[in-house]
Amino acid sequence: MNGLTNISSNPHTRSKYTTGNIMLTVILALLPATLFGIYNFGFNALVLIVVTVLSSVLSEYLYQKFMKKKSTIKDFSAIVTGLLLALNLPPSAPWWIGVIGGVFAIIVVKMLFGGLGQNFMNPALAARCFLMISFASIMTNFQVDGYSGATPLATLKAGGSVDIVTMVLGRISGTIGETSMIAIVLGACILILAGIIDLKIPASYLISFLLFLTFFGGKGFDYPYLSTHLAGGGLMLGAFFMATDYATRPITTNGQILYGVLLGILTGLFRLFGGSAEGVSYAIIIGNLLVPLIEKITMPKGFGSGGLKA
Amino acid sequence: MTNRTFRGGLHPHDGKELSKDKPIREILPKGELIFPVAQHIGAPAIPIVTKGEHVLCGQMIAKAGGFVSAPVFASVSGTVKAVEPRRVLSGEHLECIIIENDHLYEEVSFEASLDLEALSKQEIIEKISNAGIVGMGGAGFPTHVKLSPKEPDKITYVIINCAECEPYLTSDYRRMLEEPEKIIGGLKVILQLFDNAKGIIAIEDNKQDCIDLIKNLVKEEPRIAVKSLKTKYPQGAERQLIYAVTKRAINSSMLPADAGCVVNNADTAVAIWQTIFTGRPLMSRIVTVTGDAITNPTNFRVRLGTKFSELVEEAGGFVGTPEKVISGGPMMGISMFDQEVPIVKTSSALLAFGKDDVAKWEPSACINCGKCVEVCPGRIVPSRLADFAEHGNTEAFEKNNGMECCECGCCSYICPAKRQLTQSIKSMRKMVLASRKKS
Repeated sequence: MNGLTNISSNPHTRSKYTTGNIMLTVILALLPATLFGIYNFGFNALVLIVVTVLSSVLSEYLYQKFMKKKSTIKDFSAIVTGLLLALNLPPSAPWWIGVIGGVFAIIVVKMLFGGLGQNFMNPALAARCFLMISFASIMTNFQVDGYSGATPLATLKAGGSVDIVTMVLGRISGTIGETSMIAIVLGACILILAGIIDLKIPASYLISFLLFLTFFGGKGFDYPYLSTHLAGGGLMLGAFFMATDYATRPITTNGQILYGVLLGILTGLFRLFGGSAEGVSYAIIIGNLLVPLIEKITMPKGFGSGGLKA
Repeated sequence: MTNRTFRGGLHPHDGKELSKDKPIREILPKGELIFPVAQHIGAPAIPIVTKGEHVLCGQMIAKAGGFVSAPVFASVSGTVKAVEPRRVLSGEHLECIIIENDHLYEEVSFEASLDLEALSKQEIIEKISNAGIVGMGGAGFPTHVKLSPKEPDKITYVIINCAECEPYLTSDYRRMLEEPEKIIGGLKVILQLFDNAKGIIAIEDNKQDCIDLIKNLVKEEPRIAVKSLKTKYPQGAERQLIYAVTKRAINSSMLPADAGCVVNNADTAVAIWQTIFTGRPLMSRIVTVTGDAITNPTNFRVRLGTKFSELVEEAGGFVGTPEKVISGGPMMGISMFDQEVPIVKTSSALLAFGKDDVAKWEPSACINCGKCVEVCPGRIVPSRLADFAEHGNTEAFEKNNGMECCECGCCSYICPAKRQLTQSIKSMRKMVLASRKKS
C-alpha cells in the first residue's frame, strides 16, 4: 500500500445522532400541536407561525453573515425556536408581534450569548415574556371567532367552571399551540420514543405541580380542579417542550429531577398566588436562571465514589 | 433473571458477523520479527541477547526490568539481526530486538508441570512471572502482579473477562468455542492461588453458544460458574465488569482487589494454562483481522513479533484503499498510519475501514443534550470535562472528577455535535497524571 491511512485518537466510530436530525425530530414532534392550532384558530394562526419561523431563521442567518461567522441555520435550531415561540403567541396577535419576538429570541437571547447551546434562557420563552411585558394587551387577548376571551384557567381563577373534555381536546381559547393536550402528548411521545427527551423533567415537574396544588390549592385532591390545571395553560407544552430544552436545563441526572420539582412549585405559586392565571413561562425562565446552581450541587461524584456499595 | 450489567454504556454496530464464524487459523511469519522490549505497563524489559546471537523458539531475549515488568521471548528460532529502536504502534521509536527467522522453529525444551496440586502458590506465580504473561485484553498489566494482592485471602472472586464488548472483535469468541478447556484450566490455576475465591467466567449474552458450552463444561466444578452479562459496551471494562458480576463498585483510585476481585482476560487465562501445563512462555496470540476493507476477515493465531502487514496479506489484502486501519477495536483501538509495526502481547485485532467515520464529521457546538452523561459508565459529565480540558482548566477538571474517566469512548461516539470529548478528556488526564508523577 502506498498511501498512509488516517490516524486519530479513539473512538474511531460515531453514532448516527446529529444536531440536525435531533432538531428535525423536535419539529416533527411539534407538528401535531401546530396543525391543531391552525385548525383551531384559522388563517391568522398560520400567518403568525410562518412569520415567526421565517424571522427567526432570517435573524440567525443575517446575524452570522454580519458577524462573519459560519452559518448554522442548517442545524434547524432556529426553526425550532421560531415554532415554539409562535405556538406561545395568542392567535389574534398581529403579524409584527411574531417578527419582534423572532428577532428578540434569536439575536438577544440566543446569538448574543454565544449561539446554539450557550443561551442561558429558553429563547422562545424569553421572547414571549418580553412580548408580554411590552405588549400586555395584545399578548393576553385570547378573543378569536368562536371563543370567549377568557382562557379556562382565567375562568377557573374567577370562580367559574370548565368542561374538561373540551380542554383535553383543545377546543378552547389560549395560545396557538398550548390548547390541545392530546396533540402535545402525541408530540411528546415522539420525542420520548426517539430518545430526544426522557421523563425525568416532565414527570417531576407535573407531579410536584399536582402535589403543590393538592396541598395549597384549597380544594384538596379534587379531580376536576386538578385536571383543569393540568390540561390548561401552557403546562403541557411547557413541561414536554420547554422545560426539556437542552441548553437551559441541568445536564446532571439528579439536577434534572430537582429542576422539575422546582418548576412545579414555581408554577403552582404563580398560578395560585400570582396576578395572572398563567405561570409556566415565568416559572421555566426563573428555573433556567437557577440551572448553574442546580448543576453545581448535583455534579455526580463518579462511578464507585460511594465505596463498594455504589 | 435479567442479565447483569451497569448503568450507562451503549451498543454500537458490532460487526462481529464478519469474522465470528471463521475458525482460528495458524499462520507462520514470513519476514523478520520485531520484539519491542516494552509491551506492557511498567518498566521495559532488558535485552539479554546481542546482535548475531542464535536464538531458539521460546528463549528469553529480554528479562524483566523490575517487579512490575515482564520478560520477552523469541517466538521463532533464528539470528538476532539487531537490537535497535524501531517504530512501534504508538508511532514512537522504541528499543526492539529484531530476529531473522530461520524457519526451522527449533524450540528450547519446555518444562511442563502435570500436577497442579503439587505446585505451591509461590511456584505458580513465579512460573507466570517467568513466562512474560501480561493482560492480553489491551492494558498489558503484568499478570503476576495482579495475582499477588496484599491479602490473597480476601479475594472472593476470580473473574475471567470473556465479555468481548468491543465491536468487531471475535478472538475471545473463537477461543471460547474452540479451546474452552484451556480457559477453564487457566481459571483453575488462578483459583489455586486464592483459597476463598469463586471462579466466574463472565460472557456477554450475544455469545449464547459460548455460555451454553462453558456452562456445560463446568457443571461438575464446584468453584466455577458462568455469568451471562447484558450485551453492552463497555461491559468488559474492569470496573464495570466487577460491578456487573458482584455489585461492588470501585472508583479509579481503587484496585479490583479492594472489591475482593481479580480479573483476567480470556486470552490471559489461556496463556496461564499453557505456561503451567506445557511450560511454554507467551509467544503467540489470537488476532482478529476484520473490517469492511478486509477481503477475507479471519481469526489468526499469530507469533508475536509478526508485522501487521503480513496478517493483511494472509487475509486476502485490502478491499480498495482503506481510510483507516486500527489495532484493536473501533472504540478503544489505536489507529496506525501503516502496517509495518509488530504484533505485541496486547494486539487483539487489526480492523480496516474503507471510510473513516471520524474524518467525515466536523465537530460543532455542544447543544447540551446530555447524551454523553446518559452513556458515561464513569457517571461523570463528559461535555463539561471536555470544556475544562479544552480551556486547560486543570483545577476544575480534577474537582469535577475528570480522573474517573476510563476513556471508553462512549461520549464521543454518541455526541450529536460530533465533539472530540473522549480525546480532550484523555489529553487532560495524561497531563494531570504526568504532573502528579513529577511532584
